[in-house]
Amino acid sequence: MAFKGAIEVDTQRCKGCSVCVENCPTKSIGLSRSVNNKGYHYAEMIADTCIGCSNCAVVCPDSVITVYRVKIQ
Amino acid sequence: MNLEDIKKPENIVYRKTPLLTDAIMHYCPGCSHGTVHKIIAEVIDEMGIQDKTIAISPVGCSVFAYNYIDVDWQEAAHGRAPALATATKRLNPDKYVFTYQGDGDLASIGTAEIIHACSRGENIVVIFINNGIYGMTGGQMAPTTLLGMKTATTPYGRDAKLNGFPMVIAPMIAQLDGTAFITRQAVHTAAAARKAKAAIRKAFEYSMKDIGLSFVEIVATCNSGWKMSPVEANKWMVENMFAKYPLGDIKDVLK
Amino acid sequence: MAEKILMKGNEAIAISAIRNGVDGYFGYPITPQSEVMETLMKERPWLSTGMVVLQAESETSSINMVYGGASTGKKVMTSSSSPGISLMCEGISYMAGAELPCVIVDCQRGGPGLGTIQPSQSDYNQVVKGGGHGDYKNIVLAPASAQDMYDFVDWGFDLAFKYRTPVVILADGIIGQMMEKVELRPQKPRRTAEQVSQDAPWATLGKTPDRERNIITSLSLEADVQERFNRKLQAKYEEISRNEVKYSTYMTEDAEYILVAFGCSSRICEAVTDILRAEGIKVGLLRPITLFPFPTEQLAELSKKVKSMMSIELNLGQMVEDVRLSCEGRCPVGFYGRQGGNIFTPEEIAEEFKKFNNLK
Repeated sequence: MAFKGAIEVDTQRCKGCSVCVENCPTKSIGLSRSVNNKGYHYAEMIADTCIGCSNCAVVCPDSVITVYRVKIQ
Repeated sequence: MNLEDIKKPENIVYRKTPLLTDAIMHYCPGCSHGTVHKIIAEVIDEMGIQDKTIAISPVGCSVFAYNYIDVDWQEAAHGRAPALATATKRLNPDKYVFTYQGDGDLASIGTAEIIHACSRGENIVVIFINNGIYGMTGGQMAPTTLLGMKTATTPYGRDAKLNGFPMVIAPMIAQLDGTAFITRQAVHTAAAARKAKAAIRKAFEYSMKDIGLSFVEIVATCNSGWKMSPVEANKWMVENMFAKYPLGDIKDVLK
Repeated sequence: MAEKILMKGNEAIAISAIRNGVDGYFGYPITPQSEVMETLMKERPWLSTGMVVLQAESETSSINMVYGGASTGKKVMTSSSSPGISLMCEGISYMAGAELPCVIVDCQRGGPGLGTIQPSQSDYNQVVKGGGHGDYKNIVLAPASAQDMYDFVDWGFDLAFKYRTPVVILADGIIGQMMEKVELRPQKPRRTAEQVSQDAPWATLGKTPDRERNIITSLSLEADVQERFNRKLQAKYEEISRNEVKYSTYMTEDAEYILVAFGCSSRICEAVTDILRAEGIKVGLLRPITLFPFPTEQLAELSKKVKSMMSIELNLGQMVEDVRLSCEGRCPVGFYGRQGGNIFTPEEIAEEFKKFNNLK
């Protein structure tokens, strides 16, 4: 059984702390080049390797990440 | 399968709990407070006890915790939260009562209140955030500041002769007969945060068993006070704070 | 047939708390008020009415337990004596700021510092002017008998809940320790959970889906919000001043001279009035029963008619300042007080009165 995942980041609430980046086992997350209204580089998916494990969302202090996951054959 | 096909409501496996309000937290980027607030909110949500929960916030960075977790709150004077919780629980024994306190609040100005609440065996939950520094007032030495650690009031590093030794609270209160469950956790990794959440849930459950006080210490970072990036602060915590404040259960009267 | 029992003022407080359906008492031993908690512990009201009684680790903790209990809409109280009240001032300020009702009994002893365990009225400034930090006041009731101690508990809670503010019963070592006949009123039941929720919709009892979460706090970092709140508090104190002044008078109708005294001193001054009247001197007594709100208007009216006033207190001159402010210079205002646990005799006060007024 394998999973494929995706995350959605509430970019305006993200403070760009990078804790999610460090916690991603598949290196799917990075910080954006552009900044949000507060001036933070926000988290975003940088690779199509997300497995929907939710680690990023669990450690996110600002609870800005929603995680999706589907089973793939 | 492209990303947009995955991002459908039926595929959501994790999202912000409704027990957290929509207020943007005032905490610095990467601050442990936000993560701890979240796991507490998730526990309350999952246990279905919003209407039975009374929370007590401290003085310190988390003074505004009441803006973020959608339960009834009392805001205590500095260090006094366990006294508020004592009366709240004794007068309302069917409610879940917890305090949320930092190391300055609990381990310095509030030592009398926490020790006696523990000793009396109050059926409350205490969440203790230990990041070894006063965050809100600008990074001064806390009772739990490590030896050698630089703060605004220990600019050359904490010196035992000048400033005394770091205060280790959890094992101290474990000796008191009124405590039921004492554990030390962290939230720097997903695995740690999940364990911390399980510990908080256990503490809430214990508070209804009439077996005494449950105490969850969270070894945490204050990256602004420590003058590090959030990621560096987590590494520094693992290397330095965990040596003095090792993670794990310290006491569990039901085990 | 009324139930009359001989008891100490402190015991009357305890029995009244139980009889009036108080939900919780949190205290710390200190002379001369320890009988309040001792009586409660002996009576064990948790077995009868369900009232919670707890000996805290300090006065600081006691008042913060009161803060927590009051935050849940319950009728909670504490008692202490002067040095303990000093410690409680932090919590009282927070409760005023969070608009929480409670009753605090101060069985005064002498200060400053450890002072003496003997009776005194030297907490007037501390209690009547606020005591802690910030622009706040307590409603202050001054009992002069064991019966007052009994009756003021219920009255205090009525005022505390009506205005959402701390109420202090400012007693002293004499009123607390002396034994008098006290008429007990019938047992009132404690309020049910529904009544508590109704009386205190602001209480933290668990957020239900039909309302926003309740937050008990005294904190506001926004300048305008904080100022608005402080002005609201002042408006509340003005309303209290308009509605709740209580005082008693003794032979003031034709009086040419007025004695002003509260609490135990007012009892002694009744005898002073009798002594001076017997000598043909037309003296009357005004006893403020509420110290805040202070009977300013009544004193102002009297000051237009009399030759002088004299404030008699077991301190070295505290309430006299409020008497002078009330009189606004319309008549001379004298003062006589004793300290250290020394209690003036009626004859002694009569002498001092004559000296002040140049009467033979």
